[in-house]
Amino acid sequence: MTALLTADWCQYGKDSYMRKTEVYSMDWLNEVDLDTSILTPAPFGGPIAVRRDRSKLAEVKFSGKPIVTVYTASGRKLETFLWNNGNIVETGWSCSDELLFIQEDGCVLTYDMFGNYQHTFSMGQEAQELSVIEGKIFSTFYGSDSITGVAVLTKAYRIFIVSNVKEPKVRRLPVIPGPNVRPNAWAVICKDRQILVLVARGQELYLLNPSEPQAIQQKYLNIDSMNIGTMRISVLNIAVSQDYSCVAMQTDMGQIWIGSSDLDKNYRIYDTRASHPSKQLVWCGTFAVLGVWDSKVTVIGKLDHSLNLNFPYDWPVHLVQEVDCVRVVSTFSTDIIQQVPLVVQEIFRVDSTSPGSNLFEASKQFQKQSHRADDYIQQVKPDLQLAITQCIQAAGHEFNPVHQKMLITAASFGKVFSADYNPEKYVEMCRILRVLNAVRDPKIGIPLTYTQLKEYLTVPTLLDKLIARRQYYLAIQAAKYLRLSGKEDGSHILAHWAFYKVKQTSVDRDTIAEEIASKLGNNPGVSYTEIAKKAADYGRTQLAIKLLDYEPRASLQVPLLLRLGQDRTALQKAISSGNTDLVYTVLLHLRDNMSSLRELQMEIRKFPLAQALYLKYCKEHNKDALRDIYLQEDDHLEQAACYIRDVYNPKNDLAKQVVLVSAQEAYKRGKNDLNAALCDEQLRLLNHQKSLEENFKRGFVNLSLHDTIKTLLEIGEVKLADKLRSEYKVPDKRYWWLRIMTLAANDQWRDLENFSKSKKPPIGFEPFVDVCLERGKPEEAQKYFSRIKEENKVKYYIKLGMHEEAAKLAFAQRDRESLRFIQAKADKSVAVKIAPLLAALEEKK
Amino acid sequence: MSYLSRGKINIQEVQENSWKELLQLLEKCVGTKAIVWDEPLADAIGSIAMFSLLRDQDVVKMFPLRRGRLPIGQNPLTVYKNIIFITRPQVNLMDMIADNIHGEERTSGPHKMSTFHLFFVPNRSLLCEQILKNRGVYGNFTFIEEFACTIFPFDYDLLSMELDSAFKELHLESDPSYMYQAAQAIMMLQDLYGVIPRVSGKGLAAKHVWDLLKRLSLEPRTPKKHITHSQIDHLLLLDRSIDLVSPLVTQLTYEGLIDELFQINRCTVHLPPEKFSHSNEDQKDVIAGKKQIILNSADDIFAELRDKNFNAVGSTLNRRAKLISSQLDERHGDRTVQEMKQFVDRLPKMLASKKSLAIHTTVAELIKETADSSEFLDSLMVEQDMVLGVDTDKINPRIEECIAKKVPLVKVLRLICLQSATNSGLKPKILDFYKREIIQTYGFEHIISLTNLEKCGLLKVQSGQRQFMVVRKTLRLTIEDCDEINPTDINYVHSIYAPLSVRLAQHATKPNGWANLQDSLQLLPGPVVDHHQNIPPSQLSQRNNITSQNDAPKVVLVFFLGGCTYAEISALRFLSQQEESNVEFIIATTKIINGNSFIKSLMEPLVPES
Repeated sequence: MTALLTADWCQYGKDSYMRKTEVYSMDWLNEVDLDTSILTPAPFGGPIAVRRDRSKLAEVKFSGKPIVTVYTASGRKLETFLWNNGNIVETGWSCSDELLFIQEDGCVLTYDMFGNYQHTFSMGQEAQELSVIEGKIFSTFYGSDSITGVAVLTKAYRIFIVSNVKEPKVRRLPVIPGPNVRPNAWAVICKDRQILVLVARGQELYLLNPSEPQAIQQKYLNIDSMNIGTMRISVLNIAVSQDYSCVAMQTDMGQIWIGSSDLDKNYRIYDTRASHPSKQLVWCGTFAVLGVWDSKVTVIGKLDHSLNLNFPYDWPVHLVQEVDCVRVVSTFSTDIIQQVPLVVQEIFRVDSTSPGSNLFEASKQFQKQSHRADDYIQQVKPDLQLAITQCIQAAGHEFNPVHQKMLITAASFGKVFSADYNPEKYVEMCRILRVLNAVRDPKIGIPLTYTQLKEYLTVPTLLDKLIARRQYYLAIQAAKYLRLSGKEDGSHILAHWAFYKVKQTSVDRDTIAEEIASKLGNNPGVSYTEIAKKAADYGRTQLAIKLLDYEPRASLQVPLLLRLGQDRTALQKAISSGNTDLVYTVLLHLRDNMSSLRELQMEIRKFPLAQALYLKYCKEHNKDALRDIYLQEDDHLEQAACYIRDVYNPKNDLAKQVVLVSAQEAYKRGKNDLNAALCDEQLRLLNHQKSLEENFKRGFVNLSLHDTIKTLLEIGEVKLADKLRSEYKVPDKRYWWLRIMTLAANDQWRDLENFSKSKKPPIGFEPFVDVCLERGKPEEAQKYFSRIKEENKVKYYIKLGMHEEAAKLAFAQRDRESLRFIQAKADKSVAVKIAPLLAALEEKK
Repeated sequence: MSYLSRGKINIQEVQENSWKELLQLLEKCVGTKAIVWDEPLADAIGSIAMFSLLRDQDVVKMFPLRRGRLPIGQNPLTVYKNIIFITRPQVNLMDMIADNIHGEERTSGPHKMSTFHLFFVPNRSLLCEQILKNRGVYGNFTFIEEFACTIFPFDYDLLSMELDSAFKELHLESDPSYMYQAAQAIMMLQDLYGVIPRVSGKGLAAKHVWDLLKRLSLEPRTPKKHITHSQIDHLLLLDRSIDLVSPLVTQLTYEGLIDELFQINRCTVHLPPEKFSHSNEDQKDVIAGKKQIILNSADDIFAELRDKNFNAVGSTLNRRAKLISSQLDERHGDRTVQEMKQFVDRLPKMLASKKSLAIHTTVAELIKETADSSEFLDSLMVEQDMVLGVDTDKINPRIEECIAKKVPLVKVLRLICLQSATNSGLKPKILDFYKREIIQTYGFEHIISLTNLEKCGLLKVQSGQRQFMVVRKTLRLTIEDCDEINPTDINYVHSIYAPLSVRLAQHATKPNGWANLQDSLQLLPGPVVDHHQNIPPSQLSQRNNITSQNDAPKVVLVFFLGGCTYAEISALRFLSQQEESNVEFIIATTKIINGNSFIKSLMEPLVPES
């Protein structure tokens, strides 16, 4: 088995091997002719866009318009679409798997991988006027922070760049010095968030920096050392490694110059000795450069003295540069050429003595039920932890599930002998492998390496890629399987699914809404409002409204309903939410959008809560509208209330009487007879008070009837008081109280006594005692004491402070309650006497 | 604020949760801060964040929100980097804020360069924002945020939303806003203490809040913390309008009487300072000529006194006084060093008790002055006659006398409303008589207030059955035999009347109790709520199953929609404390009210009180 595993390894340096693995046999067999097509593959096992190369002759199958077909990396057709726009100069993929087309007129059009147009931006007016002849699309990868940029070369040989297509801001690069001829080659280098362009023109090399005014001429490549003499050479093409750290340049003399991207270091100059230059030059990671010469893919190691490897291909191939490998795409297959990862080498290399290798062997022997398993385990024991880790990691780098399994089995076998191995890495690797295998499946077609996923892409980005491929189900399963939580728990995948769903104009809106609701349920991570917004953006208003029905948060639902012009539904939803502020939101919206207040008032009649809130608002802000509604609703009592408020409103300048009459009439219409009568009384009282003010030159207006009579009594106008009293039918009792109190207040004690004799007081004689006591006249109080009702006498003895008498009487009345009260209140001398009385009463009980 | 955490449910979590939220908002505003408060709100927020906590957040100064210019100095050396308005979303407050900002803008004062912020409590309001836009100051704010603090922790078993006019807004203006806030408050409590499995309630507001609760639970929420089981077993929603008698009768508990006579505002009362000792130390509690006393269970003497009938307060004070003096006397005996040390350790607590004892003795004396007056006793007699149903069908001579003597109108209205409530409405003739008497005596301007009381059902015309009298009998709301010192029933809080609301709570917590109450509930207005909520699986731990086995005490959250009185709170605490009871009550309310504040909130003074 081990021999089998290393069969495709080729040594190209000391302890370094390359291997070629076939990952797919292509589905597009016989469909795509590499010779006459332009392939635009996306990195990270991304899809491949194919269009006909117009510079080559081919049998015309379709009309003149170009056709773009997008395939997965395994050659499955995703979509074919007709290109209806301008002339394409260049195509490329953005880091979020969007297909960018650079047109001759400088416009950059963005499509998703299913050929749906997204948006356009321009490379600027200058680019448009001069027209673009070449373009490059470049990306830097930092997981979810990846950025894609665009650079174009115009007919006037000026370069313009946009460093981030998400925020297209065009920058012009400095003029390329030298004679005005087309540059032979150029490349974009992104380093430390800075973008530079390396240009080869004639025999010169220049570095263009957008933040500097002039190009920097590079000291020419040190090829002299290669004994070419003084002849100067020019660069034909430039390859920059995926991480922008290295460049390789092919010269017209057939050499490959390999060095650092700042051109400071020259690692190797390799002479291909080939008659033709390679059409493509790509980096495999940062350790080798690949090109195609004479039907062979040649691997040129970065370092001097490394062996050159050739992989023969008898048919045309297209090389796809990846961060850690190269994809070799042909009509028949896709192979991956990569350096064998160190950890894999250490296990499988024939002469390896690494712990991992021993563990792997032990596991194999164990399965063969051979005793030698024990020998290997004994050897590996001291480094068991390392051995397990090596096996786990090596598993990650294998494409073949059988190999993965063998390595994982070995790791699992090793774990048996280690008590304290943290299983986290093991579990994680198993999960990752399962997901990797799933996405590598030809049906999905993403030949992603473990290194690409872990070190560059990250899992959330992989999920995004699946979403971009509309592999929602797989994405959700992967998210679940990897136990992602929080923001990445998969609910956003559902949201994307829903976003996709609402675009399907062919499906009936009710079906879509129900389908979405049944999938999403009450899933918290997804907002129906967001989905509805998308639907509305696609012009599917009815669907949006339907979807909004599922939104539990009225605070999101109502504003969108308003935006969609669903005023009445919005009002209903706002009302049923109980959130009154939302109701106000709708009301204010209606007020601003309806032709008249009247219309608003009629509309909200049907919604009592809305009307009530509007009334409340009007009370503060629009009194006229308030009255208007009361009139509209025939609410006479509220109309009356408005008038009465006006009576007391200092800002009101109508005469009080006039307003009162209006109030009275409103009360009459509202069948509130008492209040109507009270208004009438108040009107008459006002008239009386006015004449009293004239007669007595003192204030009467604003006094109540009671106080008016009281004032009259105080100034001795008993007759006038009597008159008012009978006119207003003031109850006897209250009038008597009033008389007694004013007499006492004026210290008219004799008059008080006379008054008490005028007739039998309707309120008894107790109030006489009370007023005397209140004014501190106990002697006056005594006069009335005898005439107090028997049952109140105890209480009044107490009030007068005659505790002993009170006690006696209470005893006679067998009133224990009062006795106890007196006992608590009285002096000690009296209290002592009460005790036996109480005791006596208790006994009788 | 450790006193918040002594109950079975740790109410301090409410405080911590709100404080965290406020903190996050304050941290957004970097630099020195001055806060401008909507004043009643500032009092309430004091229960979440003490000034010392705010000071740590660079809050340098606090001002009440007023009309006109901000009262901040114009000294360029004391310029606040941030000026933060924290207010309720009320329209009239927006005008004040606009005034304030215009004031700073028009003058070239040093605060022109300050950054303004506005935090709404508990919800942002589009209406308010619109008004700010209309006034042209909306753009002046850097942050407009909401501080979602719906309910304030007052004590270990007591939460208040501090909404002064909830009852009025609903019944006079048909504005149900407060119920939405109440539902939000319950959601917040459920976030902290788990979903409440059982919900029952009575009255329109109860039904409405329950409906909103159902709606809100469908909305996605971010969990505040991991909850393993429901800590609250039962939510009882009580609409104030099912029991209008209880807030109208005079409260006779110690705390209730303090509130009736001196008005407690957010656990604080201001009293005339003359009667209190004038040592320097005490002087700092005197604010604006009033002695300020904090009333909560942090003071263990008050904690013991608050729920007692006032007649039991004297003896308790006596006993406490003896205890403390004997404790203090211990120092005179022969002591080992060890014992002396223990004594010294206990000394601060003893001295605090002694001080508190002196304060409450004085407070009790202040109350006694009024409580012994014949007016007070006479009114009490009338109230008791009314709840007993004695002559409630006639014009009450005591009410007539009060009108004739022109005692404060609120008191008269309170008695008339009580008569209307106990008699389940008044005969039209009697109601008209009272109304005319009030207009003639107190003035025509009260006609709207009277209409308001009618609209809210506090005054009404009798129709059909006298439900209150039936309920009074079936639920034994009046028990004349009342031991005020060692009570055996909740009736001690009003000396014969047991609050209907609390009686319902008492029955509701018994097994099958709510169902057995059906006959009585039917006589009260509004629908009955009786439901179970689904508990999320994550909160269904083993423990939950054990608690339902009846042995561990059940925790019941009683939510008063429209306010409750201290007497009702005391009565619920009394029920919690009964030995045979295995129920512990947590009380939440829109506001703590008493008869006077309740009636006042419904009046519409057209003439400013002189």
